[in-house]
Amino acid sequence: MRLFGHRVTILAMLGMLVIIINLVAAIGAPWIAPFDQAEIVGDAWGDPDTDHVYIPLMGLDNLGRDLFSRLIYGARMSIGLSFIITCISFAIGIITGFTAAVLKGWVDTALSRLVDLLLSMPTLIFAFIILSVLGTELPVLITTIAILDSTKVFRLSRALAMNLAALEYVEVARVRGEGLWWVIRKEILPNAMAPLIAEFGLRFSFAFLFIAALSFLGLGVQPPNADWGSMVRDYRDMINLDSTAPLYPAGAIALLTIGVNFVVDWMLAIHSRSHGDG
Amino acid sequence: MLRLIAQRLGLGFGTLLAASLLIFVGTEILPGDLASAVLQNSATPESLAEMRKELGLDRPAYVRYAEWLGGVATGDFGHSLASHRDVIEEITPRLTNTVFLAVYAALLAVPLAIVLGLMAAIWQGGIYDRLVNFVTLLTISVPEYLVGYILIKYLSVHYAWFPSLANVTPDTPFGDRLVLTFLPVLTLTLVVVAHMMRMTRASVLNIMASPYIEMAFLKGLPKWQVVVRHAFPNALAPIINVIALNLAYLIVGVVVVEAVFVYPGLGQLMVDAVSKHDVPVVQAAGLIFAAAFILLNMTADILAIVSNPRLRHPR
Repeated sequence: MRLFGHRVTILAMLGMLVIIINLVAAIGAPWIAPFDQAEIVGDAWGDPDTDHVYIPLMGLDNLGRDLFSRLIYGARMSIGLSFIITCISFAIGIITGFTAAVLKGWVDTALSRLVDLLLSMPTLIFAFIILSVLGTELPVLITTIAILDSTKVFRLSRALAMNLAALEYVEVARVRGEGLWWVIRKEILPNAMAPLIAEFGLRFSFAFLFIAALSFLGLGVQPPNADWGSMVRDYRDMINLDSTAPLYPAGAIALLTIGVNFVVDWMLAIHSRSHGDG
Repeated sequence: MLRLIAQRLGLGFGTLLAASLLIFVGTEILPGDLASAVLQNSATPESLAEMRKELGLDRPAYVRYAEWLGGVATGDFGHSLASHRDVIEEITPRLTNTVFLAVYAALLAVPLAIVLGLMAAIWQGGIYDRLVNFVTLLTISVPEYLVGYILIKYLSVHYAWFPSLANVTPDTPFGDRLVLTFLPVLTLTLVVVAHMMRMTRASVLNIMASPYIEMAFLKGLPKWQVVVRHAFPNALAPIINVIALNLAYLIVGVVVVEAVFVYPGLGQLMVDAVSKHDVPVVQAAGLIFAAAFILLNMTADILAIVSNPRLRHPR
């Protein structure tokens, strides 16, 4: 199989399959899930009531809700949230990174030092500090993770744009009198696209794991909303009774991250190869 | 060389100061005011004003920062808002537990990663090598809690070889401690070892392309001897760097792993403090985590200088 003129490896195909299945589950949750995510269909950790003709794939959860249905609905929260976070962090990171590279001078120095400062601490610890004051509402979570994550996008897009900005055609556009925004949009962005798309995948899996970890620790998505991380938290005590309940949402988190990483690995490989070919 | 090391030490200290400023700004100057965060829904204008006064928020921020920093330097982190105990008293036993866990994990993970990485370099291109690459990709994607719960389910619940709860107390004897914390340590090791060994392998293979390695082969040395005696010492600097970075990652992993095994460590304390808006404890714990992170990065830099003659004599 070929995609965009490149041979797709088996691992990349597997990864794409995983991503597509997850996207379908997230978008089509109300039609695919056998029950609503809040619907109580039987006793806690028991069997469904007799009026429900349904064999539960993964059993019922701590409140008697269908675990499989909740897993499908959880995909919406987990994937949707991480996608929004990644988009915001990319918008911030690319704009500031490209601006720093094109303008240089004090703007570049100021932005770079600020990013160095933010990276002087582990991201999770820094997020804890912000959340301890601002609480754990969704807008706070999204903004905090997006800003912390944008530092890494800044570094990459600055480095990419630094290389591109030294090329003649960018210089010509500047001399011609084109504005900063025009130069970024028309000259730099199209040429930095390939590595940025691969980075988008990496940052997505980072944001995804990050929000899941926060939810698992009880500092992320709060009830009645549920993502996969908070589901692991809800079901974790069952592991001592030899139940597999917490392994399903945790496994779903791992599976999607692995899928994304397979695709990213493939994209990075074709990117580096096309450079070698000249 | 001493000047270079002194430079790194100064840089590390500066970074730590910057981190302390960041922590202070994050907790005290952000729009959400500490007093309203503490009082939450029970806030009235009067109680807010009183709380601000009690917390000293009526004074300018730079004065409070100087006071806080001065306190930290003398080991006074203030009082917990939740338990009203001295923060340093709350933190000390927790920190000891976390350090124990991290050191135990590092002692297991680092030698394992180096040995496995060297094996991968010796059998480069073979099935073992490809397996290592694949497993590395898996482990960087798998969250700590999945590894932790799988270990609990099989090694603890199913076979009952190890306890699932790492509920140590200050009186727990050393030997029991090693058994109680074995599963959390195994989890941390599994999460970091693959990446470290892959980087060990890459650094060694990088050296293997040098002419003096070819010379060693030509004079008839067996491959394992070339790798261990000639390539490995020269690959030490990048390996040390990767190990330090992974240990810095261990600091973050510890927070999650402590939650999985209900281990009374600093990470659990910080998570509890965050949900209770107990800012003095969050500040202190955050500063300790940041300091450990910075210290590891600094150590990596210094060890790289010491282990590399070219960096030792800069021109």
